[in-house]
Amino acid sequence: MAKSNEPIPWSLFSAGGMLSAILLPILIVITGILVPFGFAPLESLGFDRVHAAVSGNLLVKLILFGFIFLSFFHWAHRFRFALVDMGLRKIKGLIGFACYGSALAGTVITAALLWRI
Amino acid sequence: MDKTMELEIFRYRPEQDSEPTFQTYEVPFHTEWVILDAVNYIKDEIDGTLSYRWSCRMGVCGSCGMMVNGVPKLTCAAFLKDYTGKIRIEPLEGFPVERDLIFSMDDFIAKLKSVKPWIIRKEGEDKPLEEGEYLQTPRQLVEYQQYTMCINCMLCYAACPVYAHDNTFLGPAAIALGQRYNMDSRDQGRDQRQEAIASHEGIWQCTFVGECSAVCPKDVDPAGAIQRAKVASTIDYFKELLLPWGKKS
Ligand code: SF4
Ligand code: FES
Repeated sequence: MAKSNEPIPWSLFSAGGMLSAILLPILIVITGILVPFGFAPLESLGFDRVHAAVSGNLLVKLILFGFIFLSFFHWAHRFRFALVDMGLRKIKGLIGFACYGSALAGTVITAALLWRI
Repeated sequence: MDKTMELEIFRYRPEQDSEPTFQTYEVPFHTEWVILDAVNYIKDEIDGTLSYRWSCRMGVCGSCGMMVNGVPKLTCAAFLKDYTGKIRIEPLEGFPVERDLIFSMDDFIAKLKSVKPWIIRKEGEDKPLEEGEYLQTPRQLVEYQQYTMCINCMLCYAACPVYAHDNTFLGPAAIALGQRYNMDSRDQGRDQRQEAIASHEGIWQCTFVGECSAVCPKDVDPAGAIQRAKVASTIDYFKELLLPWGKKS
């Protein structure tokens, strides 16, 4: 039986899953409950404030980059297996290429956007 | 006969049936009866041609697994009183049927063998018999004890959608049993097992559906075992990639 390179996508997948599981609820509470229902001032999510927090702040950019890029790979891995399990086993090579390729493209775009802020 | 119940049972007798059929039997209802009791009643009192496996009637031998209304169950642990209406009994899903409720276990047995489920010592490191047993602390025992509870009933395979799609998958119980020995402080055979476990057909086919752990009658939690094996194999992989000189011979 061939040794598998699967640890690479799987570790990105699980890191992305872990991060989203921890951070997404916090984001939902802030952006979906606290701010809209007035528990926190609206300006706290104002464009200027958020922009200032990111631009020129390498640490924030790095954290955002890590979170976004791992989430992309989490999605890619999950979606790849979802499609394969739905019966597209015959083209699983192509599916893997398309899923991880999209995640990679998303990662490059994220890096470029963060760089320009 | 007071209350009765109907069992709709999968029949296939290769010498006379070109295709499987279902046959319905009426059995007496007793609150203390399990499904296996009802099936035994059919065999003894109604239709002696019905074939199925069972032995212990106490959830130990692992041979009485069947699909009960589409769910893999040990029929000696599933009570009639928990069902209403006709109960549909079929052979465990995912295996080739040989006759009625009996299916071929060859694939599972071969997979079980491939993970070498026994204690392996490195060459020259096994103690001579006179020196006695390998001792283990209670804490070391707890590490793997849960996985020793497996009775090879194969319910987890019948529940696994990955195995149903592609039976090259090594599958839940075999991986859990490999883990059982990998985590045993007396064992040194993990490298040998990795060949089957860390392969494409091994843990990496698993998409963590978790149904195996949901149906396991012994709380083995094979899904958890697979996740632990994935973490350990990933660590191995990166170690080998980043520190190639540390590669084990
Ligand atoms: S892991 Fe559980 S369900 Fe699977 S064979 Fe063992 S006892 Fe049965
Ligand atoms: S008859 Fe032995 S486990 Fe059910």
